[in-house]
Amino acid sequence: MTNLEIYTKVFVDTFGISEEEAKVLKFQDIKAWDSVGHMGLIANLEEAFNIMMETDDIIDLNSFEKGKELLAKYDIDFAK
Amino acid sequence: MWNLDKYGQNIAVVTENGQKVTYSEFNSHCKNLTMNIPSRCLVFNLCRNEIGSLVGYIGFLNARIVPLMLKADLDDELLGHCLETYKPDYIYVPKDQKSRFSDYRCVYEKLDYALLKTPFNHEYKLFDDLALLLTTSGSTGSPKLVRQSYRNIEANTKSIVEYLKLDSTERPITTLPMNYTYGISILNTHLWVGASIILTEKGLMQKEFWQQFKEYEATSFGGVPYTYEMLARLRFFMMSLPSLRYMTQAGGKLSPELHEKFAEWALKNGKKFIVMYGQTEATARMSYLPAEKSLEKYGSMGIAIPRGKLSLIDVDGKTITEPETVGELVYEGENVTLGYAQCGEDLSLGDERHGRLITGDMAKFDNDGFFYIVGRKKRFLKIYGNRVNLDETERLIKAHFPEIECACAGVDDNMKIFITDDSYKDKIITFISEKTGLNRAAFGVSVISEIPKNEAGKTLYSELEKTIGKA
Repeated sequence: MTNLEIYTKVFVDTFGISEEEAKVLKFQDIKAWDSVGHMGLIANLEEAFNIMMETDDIIDLNSFEKGKELLAKYDIDFAK
Repeated sequence: MWNLDKYGQNIAVVTENGQKVTYSEFNSHCKNLTMNIPSRCLVFNLCRNEIGSLVGYIGFLNARIVPLMLKADLDDELLGHCLETYKPDYIYVPKDQKSRFSDYRCVYEKLDYALLKTPFNHEYKLFDDLALLLTTSGSTGSPKLVRQSYRNIEANTKSIVEYLKLDSTERPITTLPMNYTYGISILNTHLWVGASIILTEKGLMQKEFWQQFKEYEATSFGGVPYTYEMLARLRFFMMSLPSLRYMTQAGGKLSPELHEKFAEWALKNGKKFIVMYGQTEATARMSYLPAEKSLEKYGSMGIAIPRGKLSLIDVDGKTITEPETVGELVYEGENVTLGYAQCGEDLSLGDERHGRLITGDMAKFDNDGFFYIVGRKKRFLKIYGNRVNLDETERLIKAHFPEIECACAGVDDNMKIFITDDSYKDKIITFISEKTGLNRAAFGVSVISEIPKNEAGKTLYSELEKTIGKA
């Protein structure tokens, strides 16, 4: 799987949504992405990419797109 | 209840957009709202952590109008059920929800909240000392309510102010909803001493929350066990929060590991970490673990609050005197509420508990008299601090999916729903998460070949619990 596929799958599995829904998703768009859901999302992203995110990045991640930008800091290359 | 004018020029509230409201301005807002209600009656307050909602809560209590506090995003069906059961004279809602009640006439609108007149007029008699109604299990929308009196609220507020040593220099930031007794007790106690409340609808996982925390220099917050799990994940121990003075924890038992970590961090950093225990049935608080004992006695719910008394009884109702012996926890104090209401007629009932509450929690105490919760007698879980009754959840699922068999069990923050038909897995999680308003992460579905039952057809939950560990 490419990094983008892994990333998308984390959203799909965490929130029980489709890939299409995941790709345009923002924080609190759906009930599943509240603060509890956010903690689950972060835990799953950290596990999937084997990283430890910093506080500022955790609270900055408020959309599918933004998350891609932030993960680049942890050397996750979405071109691969 | 609250003598707001006493603190006239103190700041009572700091809103999300930074607006500061003094106690005297706040009092005017309260009076302007409640003068639209001609006499003592029942009102539903659909709350958010916004100033409109707080003006409603405080204003109603000060004017002897009885509010039932409900979350603003309560499911239509559950809200409808509460309306039918208790027939309030008014309903007070965020402005953006007015369209949900287009049949009701708007009589007042201010601070983004609207007071709507229902077709009901004094449908049920209200007991004279009845002050406030709260749900026992907000999420399943059960119309079973706890009846709190003015005396209850005042007694509990004074005890909490005393043991937390609160004064007007405090600035708590909201982390809990206003329809939740723990959230309310933070508001009650701080408005009692003339402190400033930083109101926010933002959560711990949002940047804006921490911006407000720092900008308005929050001195405290409260949290349920899940809040502390989130904080640990947020690398809270690395954060610099110079304005923070103390943190409280209630709403379920925090894992001893996290209790120890936060206690240690607090002691090292000159902060206080205070674990507490309570129930809506006791207004809010029954015990607290003094900050200086937080590390030494981690895992403990502490000692009784000032003027309260904790004891344990055995199965025959006899008081236990031996340390390290498990019994049912009993609390006595002026904050023990009047009782429950299950229908409109119950609102006229008086004090049924006479200051004594048998909590349903199993506990023990150590040689120094510190109490420890070890289990629970009744079939409910605490999910993110909310009491969720397992039988009610089962009933909701069976009513919606009459064709299936199901049974609910599990542990706090993690409910297990057992079904026999694999194809319903996703549908059930989606349904119950929507119905309760609790995140789907709290629910797991296990498919088993058959729900274990005894000869009388009663579900054998002990058998189900055994399968949880294995799965």
